[in-house]
Amino acid sequence: MTLLLISPILIPLITAALCLLVWRRPVWQRWLGTAGAFALLSASGLLLKLVWDRGIQAEQMGSWPAPFGITLVADLFSAVMIVLAGLTGAAVFVYSHGNIDRFRESFGYYPLMHLLLMGVCGAFLTGDVFNLYVWFEVMLISSFVLLALGGERGQIEGAFKYVTLNLVSSGFFLAAVGLLYSVAGTLNMADLAVKLRETSNPPLITALAMLFLVAFGIKAAVFPLFFWLPASYHTPPVAVSAMFAGLLTKVGVYALIRVFTLLFVQDPAYTHRLILVISGLTMLTGVLGAMSQNEFRRVLSFHIVSQIGYMIMGLGLFTRLALAASVFYIIHHIIVKTNLFLVAGIVHRHTGTMELKRLGGFYESRPLLALLFLVPALSLAGVPPLSGFFAKFFLVKGGLAIEQYWIVAVSLFVSILTLFSMIKIWAEVFWKPASEPEQAVSSRARSLWAPVAALAAITVFIGVGVEPVFRLSDAAAVQMLNPEEYIRVVLGGNR
Amino acid sequence: MTLVLALTIGLLYGAAMYMIIRRSIVKLVFGLVLLSHAANLLIFTVGGLTRDHPPLAPEQAALPHPPAVADPLPQALILTAIVISFGVLAFVLALVRRTVASAGTDDLDDLRTTEQ
Repeated sequence: MTLLLISPILIPLITAALCLLVWRRPVWQRWLGTAGAFALLSASGLLLKLVWDRGIQAEQMGSWPAPFGITLVADLFSAVMIVLAGLTGAAVFVYSHGNIDRFRESFGYYPLMHLLLMGVCGAFLTGDVFNLYVWFEVMLISSFVLLALGGERGQIEGAFKYVTLNLVSSGFFLAAVGLLYSVAGTLNMADLAVKLRETSNPPLITALAMLFLVAFGIKAAVFPLFFWLPASYHTPPVAVSAMFAGLLTKVGVYALIRVFTLLFVQDPAYTHRLILVISGLTMLTGVLGAMSQNEFRRVLSFHIVSQIGYMIMGLGLFTRLALAASVFYIIHHIIVKTNLFLVAGIVHRHTGTMELKRLGGFYESRPLLALLFLVPALSLAGVPPLSGFFAKFFLVKGGLAIEQYWIVAVSLFVSILTLFSMIKIWAEVFWKPASEPEQAVSSRARSLWAPVAALAAITVFIGVGVEPVFRLSDAAAVQMLNPEEYIRVVLGGNR
Repeated sequence: MTLVLALTIGLLYGAAMYMIIRRSIVKLVFGLVLLSHAANLLIFTVGGLTRDHPPLAPEQAALPHPPAVADPLPQALILTAIVISFGVLAFVLALVRRTVASAGTDDLDDLRTTEQ
């Protein structure tokens, strides 16, 4: 079963290498890349099934026993995240057939996308804090190049801000890793979980936890560290933005949830309370920012920030139900947000603009597209029976159960504002009469529709069949709140 | 020795932050370089400074007394971090060149066309 556990890293790596071998033939790269993305999706599905059936899987790289070597671990949360990465990857690769121009294709777009997927999957799988840093860097450097690839002025400016703030974040992360090693003498997460629970100096650990909170907070784009996101996510081609919007900030959220359930649970009254406050502020500032925007993708970018608040709200509440709701929310969000960006891309393709003022008339000319926008948009706002309603329902239930009324109030208020913002896009892009004639569209446009329809179908499916998805999220939350199994599987019988 | 290194690290962090909040792109890049140096030195220092006792010694060599040898792990971490920051720096320099070429300025305050 070793091969299955490392396959989410191996498949993108091999695909990227193959793409580089056929550097001069972008069409081959395109099909290779797409095949690789679907292979990754299948492997991730098998991995999830394995973890679901047999519990947490761990593997020691190079057979160095933990905690000395690098450990790869897949618990349910990791496996779910990898499935989502595979799904986003497959959708975006199909979409890229119609969205990416020849110039970008011939300068390594497909291998870079796979290296990005490799970094993301590696970050989800690793059981070692320093290795997590390395995977973050793999992911970042690919995303830097993807963001700047094409070299338009807007892209370069966006990339500069993105690169700078992410490098600052990496600097903090690296310093935090070094300090953590000096305090605990180990960097293996399972070993750290044991050592930090026996620590004699909790305040020192809490100070370290704050460093990690800042480092991952920048990557996850929480308040007040999110400014790089709306400055950069709307600049590259839509396929790239959709990939970033779906996956990259969620890696930060994943890292936050991982370290604040496994490692830093010494003083939840302080650390998790702080996360809860941050989550409320993130929701609110994100949605207010979105309301003041008039460009399709910038509105959506600010909504990413707002939604990140919901995801870490469950972490801040820190109960089984709330954590399960967070996992559920991430599942829902990645699918919906990727889809919204892809819809924006189709609109852009037909009109050549993203400015809401200049768009219009899509309900009349393309009712199917209007429907495919409405599904994720209403799901994002939390309208039943779509996936977003249940995600918010479980979060609110989790908040009410431990009497955190203010955060529940904030989250519901932000939901209404989200709905308002989605209705604004609906009214501007789809409802009001068209102001400019449409451009002719080439035949490759069909590949744009397939992923949008598939993701919308999944959104509806999660909403209708909420029970199995919630059972999965709940099992993942139980594993995170009881790390004994994780520790036992990684460290083996020596404890 | 630890004190000297601690002061150096503090100085590096201060200088890095000062450079990062300047308006010139080139100074910003210098700030990022200093930031990674500061982090590397920090790992080195908090890992514990042990003189004259390398972790790899000849087979018959006498054990030091007390039996403490230098910890190789922080140095391995730093080596990895240096390699990564070297690669990233190369990319950032190329990006700076493109930025100046396409925007015609190195003033960060003028790079705002994407934020209106």
